[in-house]
Amino acid sequence: MKISLVGNPNSGKTSIFNRLTGLNQKIGNFPGVTVDKKSGLLKSKDGSHHILDLPGTYSLYPKTQDEQIVHDILSDSSHPDYPDRIIVVADASNLERNLLLFTQVMDLGIPVILALNMSDIAAKKGLVIDYKKLSELLGGVKVVPVNARNGQGMDQLIAETVAEDTSTVKTAFVAGEFEKGHFQISDPHRQKQLVEERYRKINGILKFVIKQEPTKRSMLKRQRMADKIITHPILGFVLFIAVLMVIFQAIYAWAEWPMDLIDTLFLSLSQWVINHMPEGVLTSLIAEGIIPGLGGVLIFIPQITLLFAFIFILEESGYMARVVFIMDKMMRPFGLNGRSVVPLISGVACAIPAIMATRTIENWKERLITIMVTPLMSCSARLPVYTLLIALVIPDQAIGPFKLQGLALLAMYLIGLLGALLAAFVFKWIIKAKQKSFLVMELPYYRMPRWNNLAITLWEKVRLFVFDAGKVIFSISIILWVLASYGPGDRIQQAVEKIPEPVHQEDVTAYEKKVASVSLSNSYIGILGHAMEPAIRPLGYNWQIGIALITSFAAREVFVGSMATIYSVGETFEADETLIQRMRKEQNPVTGLPVYNLASGISLMVFYAFAMQCMSTLAVVLRETKKWKWPLLQLVYMTAMAYLAALITYQILK
Amino acid sequence: MTLDSLKLNQQVTILSVTENGLTSKLTDMGLYPGKTISVIFKAPFGDPIAVDIDGYTLSLRKEEASLVEVQIG
Repeated sequence: MKISLVGNPNSGKTSIFNRLTGLNQKIGNFPGVTVDKKSGLLKSKDGSHHILDLPGTYSLYPKTQDEQIVHDILSDSSHPDYPDRIIVVADASNLERNLLLFTQVMDLGIPVILALNMSDIAAKKGLVIDYKKLSELLGGVKVVPVNARNGQGMDQLIAETVAEDTSTVKTAFVAGEFEKGHFQISDPHRQKQLVEERYRKINGILKFVIKQEPTKRSMLKRQRMADKIITHPILGFVLFIAVLMVIFQAIYAWAEWPMDLIDTLFLSLSQWVINHMPEGVLTSLIAEGIIPGLGGVLIFIPQITLLFAFIFILEESGYMARVVFIMDKMMRPFGLNGRSVVPLISGVACAIPAIMATRTIENWKERLITIMVTPLMSCSARLPVYTLLIALVIPDQAIGPFKLQGLALLAMYLIGLLGALLAAFVFKWIIKAKQKSFLVMELPYYRMPRWNNLAITLWEKVRLFVFDAGKVIFSISIILWVLASYGPGDRIQQAVEKIPEPVHQEDVTAYEKKVASVSLSNSYIGILGHAMEPAIRPLGYNWQIGIALITSFAAREVFVGSMATIYSVGETFEADETLIQRMRKEQNPVTGLPVYNLASGISLMVFYAFAMQCMSTLAVVLRETKKWKWPLLQLVYMTAMAYLAALITYQILK
Repeated sequence: MTLDSLKLNQQVTILSVTENGLTSKLTDMGLYPGKTISVIFKAPFGDPIAVDIDGYTLSLRKEEASLVEVQIG
């Protein structure tokens, strides 16, 4: 039997889904859109049943992409997901609005059960609900009070759902609007009239069903007090900034060691393969292609997990809706809305979880703009590049209490933010909107997050990233590895043979580094780097930088490693500073001036601030937009922006 | 008078919701003629606003609120 869960957002539908299916869940995608399709198995005595958790909706007349899916499935009886039975989850503390959807679903002629959730909040509000009366006045539908938090009533809900006798409601709540698998009304004016008619009838019924007991109203009073503080023009922002700082600190401080651990693990795995397998193409494919490729995917898991844990807490506690509320006005001029704030700011840690977090933005245009500009925020992978270049070209001096190098770093972050806002402003005019921007949003009650949903949510996010975006990242890593390891014909071999063989034991390391350097500059990527030199010369770069630009397309921080390989020095530039010393010595063969000077150094930093040097982000953008068009446009516009900005910077400073 | 011009905590009854691409969204969320509501707080800069509907809080932009015709009482 196919059972669908339908309900308002914030009605606790997902908790009930988790209770019904336990860990027997599958997360997929509805075809063509990025709305999660959550399905699972309910095992009962008489076999198992398919449960589909439909996206939260307020009405059967769709206004968002999520709601469209509910409409598409329920209005087509030949749809593969068309249910045999529906459970409508309703918030008992807000029955009127929740019953609107219920009465619409009821009129579809599919057997339906009403699960009344959150009775604890209703009780706190002093609402006494007569369930029998409600069932009777709704024409005899099954009404089951449940509490998804502690599991109360779940057994009864399951029993009623799988029961044989399915008393479909005989008389429609509002006649002539819905029929099995068919929505009769397409005129929006008429739809609105019918919704109003439903509300009037529901109101009439609720007079007999709900009794308002006198309470101290302390619960509502506390909620209002909290809102007064949290949305206060000064306190509200102070609190928001404090929350962000905690999140950041946590992501930086806690994600670092598991990331280092993953890094070390995969490095030693590579080393182990090199030591234990016979030398050859297969070994180097595994050790230098596959293992680092896998590591490059898994390294993001700590940041994704942490950021989504915080977002889960913000969403579940009700705070996120208030952030949207206070930030909305400021984001609107840029074609964004209040919901864009968290993804944008998360982009400072890493664009990947940030872009995954844009799913909370209902309006497609606003979501797309957020996705397009988030990678301009200075992510943590740019930090090694900035650190190296700042140490190289910014003098170690201070203006008053401020160190020049620190100011330069701060400036890079600001440039990223300004770039993102500017790009958003431009995209606002380019991207066509299917729907008008609006913000009509429920501000849910503040409450404790339901911790038992946390693990499931995090697992979903990690799985999505590893199995969907991971495939693209892994493939590009392998391609880049092939291009960096092979050259046309025996070009690499010939070049390597020209290097004098080491005579003394202590020269072996230096020799190996030279070989690596020569191999890279004669590989396909090396040739490409040479070939693009004329194009990047106006930015103040040479072919060595060209090579590093291509290799660091995999990830920005690869720039440092590539520079070390090209100049045949150790990678740990902080410890012995050999890389910095070597780069300082590099001269322009024509002018005899140093290659890495203030102008070219800043130009290079500006380039990295804007360029889309991150295939993982592109893979996630593809995953989230479902079309190649968007990641490609992003790659083109960011590269163009980087090139132009770097060109202007260099030409002014040189 | 319309919903966007109200003072805080002023009890009003909805008279009508002007037709517009959004109308049915507002109606779906519980803003329909005859309902008693009040504005309970506003975002910094006065926009969006938060409305109390039977103890549940709905937020909407002033632009959307201007579609809701109300009368005091």
